[in-house]
This record gives sequence, structure tokens and C-alpha cells, in this order.
Amino acid sequence: MAVLTEAMREKIRAYLPRYPSKQAVVLPALHIVQDELRCVPLEAVREIAEMLDLHPAQVQDTLSFYGFFRDEQHPLGRKRVWVCRSLTCMLRGGEGLLRDLAARLGVHPGETTADGQVTLEFAECLGQCEGAPCLMIGDEVHGPITTEQALELLNRAEATP
Amino acid sequence: MTYEPVLLRNRGVPDVQRLEVYRQRGGYRALEKALRMSPAEVVQVVKDSGLRGRGGAGFPCGVKWTFLPKDHPGPIYLCVNADESEPGTFNNRILMEEDPHQVLEGIIISAYATRASTAYIYLRYEYGRCFRTMQRAVDEAYAAGLLGRNILGRSDFHLDVYLHRGAGAYICGEETGLIESLEGKRAWPRIKPPFPAVEGAFRKPTIVNNVETLACVTHILDRGADWFKSIGVPPDPNNPRDLGSYGPKLYCISGHVNNPCCVELPLGVTARQLIEEHGGGVWKGRKAKAVVPGGISMGFLSESELDTPLDFNGPTKVGCLGLGTAAVIVIDDQTSMVDVLYNSCRFFSHESCGQCTPCREGTEWMTKILARIRRGQGELSDLDQLLEIADGIGITPGTTICGLADGAAWPVKNALRKFRAEFEDYIRSGKRSAETGPVPVGHL
Ligand SMILES: Cc1cc2nc3c(=O)[nH]c(=O)nc-3n(C[C@H](O)[C@H](O)[C@H](O)COP(=O)(O)O)c2cc1C
Ligand code: SF4
Ligand code: FES
Repeated sequence: MAVLTEAMREKIRAYLPRYPSKQAVVLPALHIVQDELRCVPLEAVREIAEMLDLHPAQVQDTLSFYGFFRDEQHPLGRKRVWVCRSLTCMLRGGEGLLRDLAARLGVHPGETTADGQVTLEFAECLGQCEGAPCLMIGDEVHGPITTEQALELLNRAEATP
Repeated sequence: MTYEPVLLRNRGVPDVQRLEVYRQRGGYRALEKALRMSPAEVVQVVKDSGLRGRGGAGFPCGVKWTFLPKDHPGPIYLCVNADESEPGTFNNRILMEEDPHQVLEGIIISAYATRASTAYIYLRYEYGRCFRTMQRAVDEAYAAGLLGRNILGRSDFHLDVYLHRGAGAYICGEETGLIESLEGKRAWPRIKPPFPAVEGAFRKPTIVNNVETLACVTHILDRGADWFKSIGVPPDPNNPRDLGSYGPKLYCISGHVNNPCCVELPLGVTARQLIEEHGGGVWKGRKAKAVVPGGISMGFLSESELDTPLDFNGPTKVGCLGLGTAAVIVIDDQTSMVDVLYNSCRFFSHESCGQCTPCREGTEWMTKILARIRRGQGELSDLDQLLEIADGIGITPGTTICGLADGAAWPVKNALRKFRAEFEDYIRSGKRSAETGPVPVGHL
């Protein structure tokens, strides 16, 4: 059963003219698939490889290198939150924020709540250190932020990449 | 004397992200000027300005451009390094969010100078707002004939600009890691030579430049090399290898200050000036114990070194690795340097690409030793062990492919040289940082 829909394939193909090699489309393709499916299933790896004239192992190799992507054993919840743990955020309470959020959500970083709603992650510097401590929901960074405000934002957020 | 910002001059101007408003404020004048010159003349102006790369290494920009092979049939690529991930650093983000056309104008001028026909903006994924702002600017530029074929009516100048989003890896900021990642592979830095200017993206000549470097190019073309050289610090006569530190610089100030911010100033201000005059002083009425001078890779200044000028030369005089990204992180006197160093080592251990054994293992061992010390189980001999590892990893001792390992080692060397007594007290007293300990990690 094919897991890439025609719409996904169309989006992936649209990237081809941008690069002199098909392999360069691997990262955009992985983003496209994960945005839709909340993970990159092995079958999608095979199909991306076929589209880009690669061996599946080449796609899998790239996928596994980047902290952003998820395999089918570890799909994302509907929303994903990354809490920064690097130096500036740590100095202004980032580790406490991460620990409190983990406790309130009942998960360790890297895990998804039992109801499938929220995946919690730690991040290294999000590049918004003037707003430390900060966290990212989807691809928008918020800070300085408290645990309560973070939970509030998460409640209101739509599904995120 | 108050300094009139150049790179941030449009900050806060309503709608300056739109092409029309940017143009009303003199935007794309520099590009028109550049197109009246030959590419070689543009390179010469940038060379004359003394502009040094803002991405961390401080390599002279115009000189790098001359490393491209002469009369190459092409294609030549320009990679814009917008991966900005060094802890404490956010100036590229501000440039792209606040004034995207200024960056884009620098990209177009630089592509003209280097004869690049395609520019890839390698943007870290986390910069979602930058992505949308830059993409809008690129779309507007295409519609206005500033990108695409026959730019501004020139039948011999074509340029495509594409945004390429990363996926959460610090090492994609290293220029050859960036290139590998752009090519769709894991971001393993390449062994150099060949340098990217000779063989880079897709095995073609490639120039990699930081966002702020390219924003400077816009103004160098607009106002001239002499103007640029009138700002900043000339070469240190006592250091024949110092090339001077010219031009404006965006300094990021974060950590234990009242007013964390990003300010533009001439190169060469001191950390103390930044903290007092721009950061609103150390928070809670405390004193600074240590200050990171330019991103965590560069090491630490102690309180007595805060009057060091933050130009390309200054930090090295007090044992730091360099100016780096000019991101200043202030650490107050209530904070344990053991906790700070642990945080730094954990960052590099997490971000090591794993390709070179000394870096992969060394960063992990240093993190483990510091974790042990934080559990109250450290021994004094651990400190020498830390130094031995730090001395053995990096390009400096010649054991690794890229500079990540040097950046991991430097904070360790600096902390143990400048704050050793604090580490010894911590170990002797059996202190623990249990409360601030790390959170257990699941899947990652
Ligand atoms: C581990 C590592 C990470 C780096 N990260 C960045 C980065 O995020 N952004 C950047 O511009 N340069 C970064 N650099 C420096 C680049 O390799 C390169 O020198 C720079 O992009 C060149 O541009 P410039 O000459 O305009 O500064 C990094 C270097 C190393 C060793
Ligand atoms: S020094 Fe570290 S990050 Fe750089 S290539 Fe080697 S293992 Fe990778
Ligand atoms: S350290 Fe958290 S955003 Fe930079």
C-alpha cells in the first residue's frame, strides 16, 4: 500500500527543479511527509527513495541523523513542544520549565502524552535567547514563558509540525 | 558619542519587510550601483573594506571570494548560512525578521560579484517566522525583476534564490556540514582541502557566507569601503597577524542581565559596556562572575577581564578562542561554574556529528565526568582528566575534521584555568546540583 498520496508526491516533485541533484530533495520530502503523517514510516522512506532514484538506506541514513524526524515507532502527537535547555535558558530557569512541563504532562522529553495530544522534547538553543526561558510550539518560539503560560498556549494551539 | 545604527536602521519601521517600503528607504540602491560595476570591481570593494565574516571564524570576505577558480564555466553556488545555532546567538534571526530585503540585497550583490547563478539560504528549521518573512521577500523580489532572469534588465545576470530548511542539527552551521545537508545527506563535515570555493555544493565552486556578512555587503556597496573602514578597530600593531576589525557588529546580550537584547555597535566595545550601557546591568543587583564573549564555543571572560574589547583580536588576548558570533552571555555570582560547564559540555556532546572519535567520545566523557561531579562523586583528579581530554580534541591538536571539538574544549580549558578554585571547592565540599539536575530523557 502506497503511503505517499498524490498530493504529497506533487509537493515533493515541485522541489526537483530547485537543485541539480535529486538527492537534495530528501530533506524537503521528509518534512512534507512528516507534516502530514506525524512520522516517516518505512514505506514512505522506500517511496521517497524510488521518487529520487536513491537506495532506501540513503534516505533512512539522512532521516536518522536529524533530531527532527520520527520513525513509525515514535510518531508525534498532534502538537509538539520543544523546551530549550541550553545555557542562556538554563540561567533563566529553562531546566525548571522542562522539568515542570514533563511532570504536568506526565511524560519524559521525547515522549508523547497517552492521549496522543502532545509530544514534549528538549531543544538546544532556539536562537531566541533574549526571550529565555523559551520553548517552541510547531515552528514558533515563545518566551520568556512560565509553565502555566506554556500549558495554556498548548491548549489553544492547533496541530503543529 | 551615540552611534547611528546601519544594519538595524530599519528596525521597527512599519512594514519595512515589504519591498515598497524598503525601497522608499533607499533599498536596492546599492544593487543598482553594484550592477554598474564589473563583478571583479565589486569583489575589490568588499576586499578593500576589510569585511571579515560574521559567522564565527572572521575570515576576510573579499579574499574568500577570490579563491573561486577563474573563468569557471559554472554553475557557482552561494550558500547563505542561516543555521544560527550557537547558544546565545540570535542576530541573524533579527536581521531576517526585521529587514529581510536588506539581507536579500546583500545576497544578490554577492551573487553578482561571485558569478553565482543560484543561492540557497540554509535556514534552521526553528526559524519559522524568518522562513515566512524571507520567502515573502524572495517572492516580491521575483515579481519586481530583482530575481530570476535578466535582473534589472541586465541580459547577463540571472539568479535564483531558494530557501532550504534544516531539521534541527547545530553541525549544519559548519560550512561543509551545511553543504552535505543541502545535498540531502547527514551533515558530516568534509575534510578540507578542497575548500568549498574550489569544490563545494554539488561538487561545484561554492561560497558560504553568514547572513550578517551579506547584510554588511549591502552597505559597503552603498556607502563605500572607506566608510566601512571608518568604523571599528584598525589592526593591532603588536600583532602582525591581526587584520583589523572594521565595520558595525550586532552584539547579542543574554543571560543574567536586566535587559537581554541585540544591539548594533562599532566592533571593539567591551563586555562591560555592553552589560552596563545596553543590557541594563547584571540582574537582581548582583555582580557578573563570568561572561561568555562570543557564543559558548569561545570560552569565558572572568570579571577582571570584562574590559576586553570584543573585536576579532581582543578575546584571544585573554585566552578565549576568538570573537565568535559576538554573543555575550552574562553569568552572575550566584551561579555555579560547574553547572555552567556541564551545560556547555552536554550541548557539544549532543551536537557532535559523531564522525571523529576524539570529538564524539571526548565530548561525551567530559559531560559524564561533570555529571559525576554534580552528583557529589567527583574527585580532584577529575579536573586534570577533563583538561587532558580538552587538550586532545579539535583542529588545534589536529585530531578532528571540524571546529566543533575546539568549541567544546575551549570552555573547559578556560573554566578550569580561570575558575579552578571553585571546581576544587565544589568537589571537596561534596556539594551537589541535584535540584538543577537534568531531566531523564526518553526517546531521543
Ligand atoms: C561547529 C560549527 C558551527 C558553525 N555554525 C555556524 C552558524 O550557525 N552560522 C554561521 O554563519 N557560521 C557557522 N560556522 C562557521 C562556518 O563554518 C563558516 O565559517 C561561515 O558560515 C562562513 O561565513 P562568513 O565568512 O560570512 O562568516 C560554524 C562553524 C563550526 C565549526
Ligand atoms: S569534530 Fe566533531 S562535529 Fe566536527 S566532524 Fe568531527 S565529530 Fe563531527
Ligand atoms: S539558550 Fe535557549 S534560546 Fe538560546
